[in-house]
Amino acid sequence: MIQCKTSKEISGMGHSMKRKEDIRFIQGKGKYIDDIKLDGMLYMDIVRSPHAYAKIKSIDISEAMKVPGVAAVVTGKDLEKYGLHWMPTLMSDTQMVLPTDTVMYQAQEVAAVIATSRYAARDGREAVKVEYEPMKPVMDPFKSLEPGAPILRTDKPDKKDNHIWHWEAGDKKKTDDLFNKAEVVVKQQMYIPRIHVASIETCGCVADYDKVNNHLTMYMTTQAPHAIRTVIALVAGHVGLTEEKIRVVSPDIGGGFGGKVPVYPGYVIAIAVSFLVGKPVKWIEDRSENLQADSFARDYHITAEMAGTKDGKILGTRFKILADHGYTDASANPSKFHTGLFSIATGSYNYDTSFMEADAAYTNKPPGGVAYRCSFRVTEAVHAIERITDRFALEVGKDPAELRMQNFIKKDEFPWKSPTGWTYDSGDYHAGLQKAMDTLDYYKLRVEQAEKRKKGELMGIGISTFTEIVGAGPSKDFDILGIKMFDSAEIRVHPTGKAIARFGTKSQGQGHETTYAQIIAEVLGLPAANIQIEEGDTDTAPYGLGTYASRSTPTAGAAAAVAARKLVDKARKIAAYLLEVSEEDLEWEPGKFWVKGVPEKSKTIQEIVFAAYTNHPQGMEAGFEATHYYDPPNLTFPSGAYICVVDIDKETGAIKVRRFVAIDDCGNIINPMIVQGQVHGGLTQGIAPAMYEELIYDEAGNILNGTFMDYLVPTAVESPNWETGHTVTPSPHHPIGAKGVGESPTVGAPPAIANAIIDALSPYGITHLDIPITPFKVWKALKDKGVIQ
Amino acid sequence: MQISLTINGSKHTLDVEPRLLLVHLIRENLNLTGTHIGCDTTTCGACTILMDGKSVKSCTILAVQADGKSITTIEGVNNADGSINHLQEGFKENHGLHCGFCTPGMIMRATELLANNPDPTEDEIRWGISGNLCRCTGYNNIVKAIKYASAKNRGVEPASTEPQFV
Repeated sequence: MIQCKTSKEISGMGHSMKRKEDIRFIQGKGKYIDDIKLDGMLYMDIVRSPHAYAKIKSIDISEAMKVPGVAAVVTGKDLEKYGLHWMPTLMSDTQMVLPTDTVMYQAQEVAAVIATSRYAARDGREAVKVEYEPMKPVMDPFKSLEPGAPILRTDKPDKKDNHIWHWEAGDKKKTDDLFNKAEVVVKQQMYIPRIHVASIETCGCVADYDKVNNHLTMYMTTQAPHAIRTVIALVAGHVGLTEEKIRVVSPDIGGGFGGKVPVYPGYVIAIAVSFLVGKPVKWIEDRSENLQADSFARDYHITAEMAGTKDGKILGTRFKILADHGYTDASANPSKFHTGLFSIATGSYNYDTSFMEADAAYTNKPPGGVAYRCSFRVTEAVHAIERITDRFALEVGKDPAELRMQNFIKKDEFPWKSPTGWTYDSGDYHAGLQKAMDTLDYYKLRVEQAEKRKKGELMGIGISTFTEIVGAGPSKDFDILGIKMFDSAEIRVHPTGKAIARFGTKSQGQGHETTYAQIIAEVLGLPAANIQIEEGDTDTAPYGLGTYASRSTPTAGAAAAVAARKLVDKARKIAAYLLEVSEEDLEWEPGKFWVKGVPEKSKTIQEIVFAAYTNHPQGMEAGFEATHYYDPPNLTFPSGAYICVVDIDKETGAIKVRRFVAIDDCGNIINPMIVQGQVHGGLTQGIAPAMYEELIYDEAGNILNGTFMDYLVPTAVESPNWETGHTVTPSPHHPIGAKGVGESPTVGAPPAIANAIIDALSPYGITHLDIPITPFKVWKALKDKGVIQ
Repeated sequence: MQISLTINGSKHTLDVEPRLLLVHLIRENLNLTGTHIGCDTTTCGACTILMDGKSVKSCTILAVQADGKSITTIEGVNNADGSINHLQEGFKENHGLHCGFCTPGMIMRATELLANNPDPTEDEIRWGISGNLCRCTGYNNIVKAIKYASAKNRGVEPASTEPQFV
């Protein structure tokens, strides 16, 4: 189905090449952060607050200092001496490294214990005595914004309320006018719950400061090592730690999903301690700390509205958001985008009127707002548009598949300008949905459903036809702390025709060591097996902004293709010299130049590379290397059509996902096996918030499910047997026509599942349930409607 | 306390604190870092090893409980000639891993699963690995990897390792 231009031996794009990185992982030879052990290394453990909001009256470290092996206990007051007790967030807010007087959420860092072993550090942690004066926390963002609510950020002298920012997109007047006169308006309040990335490896670091050479090597679980190096230099330059003295190394990463983008206090404390004592300091979170204190995702309260005609034409949308950011806005968004790319919420449909606005509130919850396997709030946007589209279909009495077909942007209408200003690059939404419907014989399922309904049985079919927006991003709009969101590739081909290529991104399981090699193989015709890929070491890799937001293929993948093309240009010159013809007389296919009409007069890429070192034309620079920093002209807009079929037990509310078909369109495919693997994994991370996961807090600010015993990450039993396929609509502006795929399934799956469940329950007047839709919620909804006793 | 145990075929005698967890003995004292730690509640299975042939989560066993036992970790599962075994091959050929962090635990768990049940159904595999969390793969290809190893172990041709699309 996928056409390959190269042979299997070359394994360029389209080949399901087995992953090059796997050989070390299957033998336990991966090198993750906790596997790093340095001479004289100290261990750090962190004392955390049991209260959500409290004054710190005193911290007594005397008993802790008596614990054998404990070397130091660091508090906020200690860091204050160096101006390191607060740090900036990416969103121009401020976050405590360690508190000097007040804790703002349960599990917040209060003090750090440094010891000669992991166990001694934990013993020391238990011996630190902290006296608190608890205060009543603000846990509800709506109450947080009410007049008279206690002001949380008393550290900001001018702050008179808990409001963080207001954001708008689209045309308010035009939208209000439309809604005032529309034939049909549907409105739904929905909550996208606070969840956690829960990568199986937690976060951690080894900070290794060498006093003699004034040099810091920071090994850490980061998805963006270069940006981290710059941030450290900006924060610590005043104590002599300038950027050339800092090396950040991101080793093998045990899953990232956005959770390893932020700078957590633990990293900063480890650096500070290593800097002061001149020894390596290791800090590894345990799972409970990871779930309870690291950046959350989602937590959007959304009011979604859709206006249209009685015959099902969508005319406009309106969205109002309240974002709960915890005690500080530590979102990992591009600097100019408070709500990330939520404005993609207008969806896959052809209409020209939309308005959306958001406000953010402080509460006594952990900070964050990470882009959890989602290009900055796209998951929230897609849930809103796909749920409200189903509500609209239900209201006008149309089949949700047919209503979508009726309203889709047509493939010849691209590039398509959205009501909130995006230019969708390409898509074929009709083909995707048709393929999904054909795969599971959609109308036959509707007949089965009708028969089951007559018998009182609950079966539902849910659709999600989403448009993603990834590959941040074009430098005119996208930066993080002022650094433009380009990414980079550097290719060095050795004299014998084998290569190493380095990138500014950092794989956390996406398979870059294989796919980047395939991109270069596609262009140059060198076997992908002979191209070594390296990332994650700022001393060797070219500068880039890292891996998140499905940006690696759209940015660094593009950089690889462009750099490889520069090498083809050089190869042409060398080939012309070797074959004693002019460049215009040469024909090229990946791997070989030959003289037009004389195919036997040719030079392979390996011969040309060898000549670049041994017999290059006089006046030409020797060697065979190229670097490119790629600034994308636009974002890419992958899409998908997902259909979920559920059966629900009426008496218990138990939900069984019978089938789930996912048709993705991520443009040209580099490695079908890896794309499919990404889709499988993303779908499981989609069913997770749809049916299982939510971080729950009580009114006193206690987290009720802060461990893996009660935060329900799906196992192989909960995860259905996913059925996946694709349509291919290349991106017109990307050098290899690719779009990025890692996040589409996480974004697209939750509304398909929610829509299926609601579809099953709709005969009883149930039109919405918030995710996660648990058996209890279903049972209660049926009971409230009097369907069951 | 002094304990003696066999790890991957070699005998070790060590002096350990009574509270030392087996996983820390494996990782820190013996530097076998292929066994990972993913949680603190015996939930994720990243630390799964074999103790006298049974798969156990080494974060919930004290090192002293392993006194006199025979332990196998991921570093000890390759064939005698150093080549990868059928399960390892199954994971690689079927794209049964992404980040690789859960993989050693999955392979150790699957080793016992196949020892007890050489030809498991998909359902038996899914329940069989339900004590091991993977956040990356969505499990489809882990199931496929274990089926592949099951077939190879029994001398049967495994299913195609090419991805299947609708």
